[in-house]
Amino acid sequence: MSVEPAAPPTLSGLSRSTVGQGLYAMAAVVAVICAATVRTDGYVANILMQAVTYAIAVCGLSVVLGLCGQINLAQAAFFALGAYAVGLGTVDYDIPFFICLAGGMGVAFAAGGLLGLSTLRLGGHYLAMVTISFQQILTVVLINAIQITNGPDGVSGIKRPDLFASSQAYLALAVAALAITGYLVWRLAGTRLGRAMRAVRDNEIAASAAGVDVYRTKVAAFAICALLGGLGGGLFAGGFAYVSPDQFAFSDSIVFLTMALLGGVASPVGSTIGTGLLILIPEWLRFLKSVPGLYLAIYGLAVILIVVFMADGIWGFIARLFRRPAIAPSSPIAPLVLKPADSGAPAALEVRGLAKYFGGLKAVDGVDFTVRRGAVHALIGPNGSGKTTTLNVVSGLYRPTAGRIFVDGVDVTALSAHKRTIAGLGRTFQNIRLFRSMTALENVVIGAERGGNTQVGRGHPTLQERARAALDFVGLGARSDDLVTRFSYGHQRLIEIARALASNPTVLLLDEPAAGLNSSEKKSLHDLLERIAAQGLTILIIDHDMTLVAGVAQHLTVLNFGRRIADGDTLDVLRQPDVIAAYLGAE
Amino acid sequence: MGTILQLLFTGLGIGAVYALVALGFVLIFRATSVVNFAQGEFSMVAAYLMVVFAVDLGWPYWLSFLLAIGGMALLGAVFNLGVYYPLRNRTFLPVIISTIGASIFLSNTVLALYGPQPQVLPGWFDTPGIQLGPVYLDSQYLLIIAVTIVLVAFQYWFFEHTLLGKKLQATSQDKEMAALLGIPVATMIMITFVYSAVLGGIAGILVAPVLFVSIQMGSTIALKAFAATIIGGFGDVAGAIVGGLALGVIETFGAAYISVPFKDAFAFLVLILFLAFRPQGLFGERVAEKA
Repeated sequence: MSVEPAAPPTLSGLSRSTVGQGLYAMAAVVAVICAATVRTDGYVANILMQAVTYAIAVCGLSVVLGLCGQINLAQAAFFALGAYAVGLGTVDYDIPFFICLAGGMGVAFAAGGLLGLSTLRLGGHYLAMVTISFQQILTVVLINAIQITNGPDGVSGIKRPDLFASSQAYLALAVAALAITGYLVWRLAGTRLGRAMRAVRDNEIAASAAGVDVYRTKVAAFAICALLGGLGGGLFAGGFAYVSPDQFAFSDSIVFLTMALLGGVASPVGSTIGTGLLILIPEWLRFLKSVPGLYLAIYGLAVILIVVFMADGIWGFIARLFRRPAIAPSSPIAPLVLKPADSGAPAALEVRGLAKYFGGLKAVDGVDFTVRRGAVHALIGPNGSGKTTTLNVVSGLYRPTAGRIFVDGVDVTALSAHKRTIAGLGRTFQNIRLFRSMTALENVVIGAERGGNTQVGRGHPTLQERARAALDFVGLGARSDDLVTRFSYGHQRLIEIARALASNPTVLLLDEPAAGLNSSEKKSLHDLLERIAAQGLTILIIDHDMTLVAGVAQHLTVLNFGRRIADGDTLDVLRQPDVIAAYLGAE
Repeated sequence: MGTILQLLFTGLGIGAVYALVALGFVLIFRATSVVNFAQGEFSMVAAYLMVVFAVDLGWPYWLSFLLAIGGMALLGAVFNLGVYYPLRNRTFLPVIISTIGASIFLSNTVLALYGPQPQVLPGWFDTPGIQLGPVYLDSQYLLIIAVTIVLVAFQYWFFEHTLLGKKLQATSQDKEMAALLGIPVATMIMITFVYSAVLGGIAGILVAPVLFVSIQMGSTIALKAFAATIIGGFGDVAGAIVGGLALGVIETFGAAYISVPFKDAFAFLVLILFLAFRPQGLFGERVAEKA
């Protein structure tokens, strides 16, 4: 995982990021030294050991649930894989501890990846169910595959590495592992993969339109979560020297989930806080355990209350209190340069015989059109004529029933949506699709990050520079650090356009950009489109506003009932009787 | 041949229970787009209510049954108000988590009140069953199958031929439009939760004499019922019934011919296979989010 600096190379930004990392490193070193030197009795040491190893697993949930928005109800199962790898490996096969630990992490990673590969194409409910199923199957196997797992008796006498044989030294090792895990998870949010995960969490369709491989991102998040579960479990096994199936049941997965929720799902600090509290509080309330069930009943109630009343968890609450005002960019913003790729093919976009049927409904039925390089081309037609369906098939959200699509001379028909974005298509949506938890700048950075964008160099600063330039181009440069939800409807549309422009597309697809705009906003949209076209970027626009369309487009394709009824120069097409009939009704 | 028929009968009997619980899942899912992970606890709570009324207090079976069902209706209402309603405008993730919390709360509250010992609930009939050729028909299984048929028929009539049923359907298809037509959506959702709790409760009471009444019975049944909904086609009423029956049969044959200890794993294995190769289930259609 390559960790890029999260802040622009301004003096204040650099020092802020450095200060944060420095503080973290200091706190981590102090924690490890304390764990290694401060003498504690066995009871406290056990609690600490549990808290630290659990927190590592909960950090995994903060990746899958917090960053990527996917549910995992089997973290205890991945924890068990790590724990049993260390337990069985060191006891039954005499393999060195660290090799077992690495093996357990590997097995958990592979199991998480496979589970993800098989189900992450489906929605959240399925995932919840599959992870529960996996958890249940693993519990059944741990109990019943007695020859391998020792069954309900579990594995005892688990060994620690020689160097960390004492409880004190081992605890220090575990704390160090947690500190490193926490650091990596924290920094993950600022990497390309982390940004992709957040984009997927906020809006999957927009993420794929921005060139993010949604499926692979989810699988990656899931596998990382499982890996950390395996790490926590392996360390847990060494810490307690004993593992048994009842320690890793479904209810333990819920405990992990509750820890993540209580602390705040989006951050490793939250994970640690949540884990610590949920291990300590039950210890303080030990008397509750005298009545079986009472303690878990309160747990269940706590889950509901947390979800209802404290959506962002404790750390989310604290972080909001200390949110610092964003620093305005001190360096001047460079003008946006659009350099659409040009392979020399005459058409930037060519659509041949395109058809899309939904069951018996022929939404698009054999449409051809060619968008010349550098042109503004409009696709118009009455409601239900198949315009948006055409755009969705062109951008890859729907699979065509028949037909071919060429971008810059390359056949992209077989490509999925994010690969078409990488191939040079940029688009906006009729119903705005922004990443709603992010700032305008972060939204546009994800656009700029498109694979194959020749206008950005390596590293986060150049992406930010590109994103600021794109926002400035649409007139929102001064507000780039505001959350997108703070913008007006019209401005949100502009942010979507900026996100597409930042990716330096070969063809820009605009789906009803003028819908819902007032007349002055339409005027500035018109100017914006002309400025984009002036840089040679090809535009395919769908809109109902004929003043706008006739003003910007040189070329029109008219659809009705999924078929092309006219195609040609704007002024000629608008004079054709069947176009007038389709729009205004025949006399 | 006799063994196979016998297994088929047993499988259909247990499958009918999954089907009833699955039906409760599907109804709530259609009304709220949320999967209720506490659906199985409805069955568990109802079975314990029966134990309290019919065994501990020694009241007549029919009276205990009515009281238990009344209790389930109340629980469904409270569940809606406490677990679903405050989160109705959030995404599905908080709601799932909240229903999981409710599931843990319900099962452990019962555990705290009643202790971990499994309880025994006698069947409705004194006659254990009848021999029909090579097949022994257990009276409780016969009852389960009969009640399931009656409930499915009732539900069909209710949704297709009553105004309330139509209103419920309208709510599940488009809440905003239903509200604009003057249908009290919140009330419809309340009715759905109450009805689902009752369905789950009936399933629990029916299956209790076959299994032990235990804290875990809810989650086991619910997981299998959920698997049944996926096998049948998620959100599809007929699919839930067929899926439930199919799962009961698969599981019974699996236990008889492959492995008893791993019986509970078959359902999940089938589930994962379906999700991997035919996620739309037997009856479902592929759904795509509109761009």
